[in-house]
Amino acid sequence: MTRFLPLALLACLVLVFVGVLLSGRDPHALTSPMIGKPLPAFELSSLAEGGLPLTDKTVTAGAPAILNFFASWCLPCRVEQPVLLRLAEDRRIAVFGVAWKDDPAAARAFLKETGDPFTGSGLDRSGGLALDLGVTGVPESFIIGRDGRVLYRHAGPLTDRDVAEIVLPLIEENGGGR
Amino acid sequence: MRILIALLALFFLFQAEALALSPDEVMADPGQEARARAITRNLRCVVCQGESIDDSQAGLARDMRHFVRAEIAAGKGDDEIIEGLRTRYGDFVLMRPRLGFNTLLLWAGPFLVLVSGFLVARRVFARGKGEG
Repeated sequence: MTRFLPLALLACLVLVFVGVLLSGRDPHALTSPMIGKPLPAFELSSLAEGGLPLTDKTVTAGAPAILNFFASWCLPCRVEQPVLLRLAEDRRIAVFGVAWKDDPAAARAFLKETGDPFTGSGLDRSGGLALDLGVTGVPESFIIGRDGRVLYRHAGPLTDRDVAEIVLPLIEENGGGR
Repeated sequence: MRILIALLALFFLFQAEALALSPDEVMADPGQEARARAITRNLRCVVCQGESIDDSQAGLARDMRHFVRAEIAAGKGDDEIIEGLRTRYGDFVLMRPRLGFNTLLLWAGPFLVLVSGFLVARRVFARGKGEG
């Protein structure tokens, strides 16, 4: 019996490894400790020329809302824009944008080219707000609930599937539909 | 040949000195700068994941270095600064994981393996002696 013990252990180990491998879990994905915490206070100058500054109060007032970090130099953001444009048509949610470490003229040109899904957008030139929210790169989106708390953090471009499977259910759960 | 080796040695010597830190980031006060370096060496770059923010050239790592130095300049303590980043980025941002309930296996694991290896080895050797 003990002769087969090492073999059985090995088989168990192989099963564990294969299981983790097939689970499709991304080992580099990080969960955000910001979830459940209130959106930090901020005030960003408007990306639109002569527009109102984007503040935490604007975002919370529009909640449930998505706060999307993007940059004109970011290719996945370009891919994400049509998804955000479709999402912006949904009356239940407001979409806000933050141009991260970007030149304002370049960010404006980017939005002109792809279409502007944002109810309001601000400029985070120094990346200060991004650091406050624990942003790891662009694109990255935060869903803010009506109580001003972070409900969800999505690193990387949102897809239509993410919207249908994650974003919309979260909005419905948290009393979307103003 | 000797010159070539000398040149290579020189190359590697200076390569080791190549820093991600650009000169304009360095703090004027050497004591504060030393503190900043010690802190940033123990914070992980969340983009590159294998490097500390002191080593990384990533834009986000540079922002985090700026943040650490700004906090030092503002008179914050080392632990306070590290805790500030940990609440935003999670435990992962620490290069050296904390000893906690969820990291117990991580810290104790190597010792458990060592002890069990020792026990197995002792049994195997004891058996060998008995047969011989």
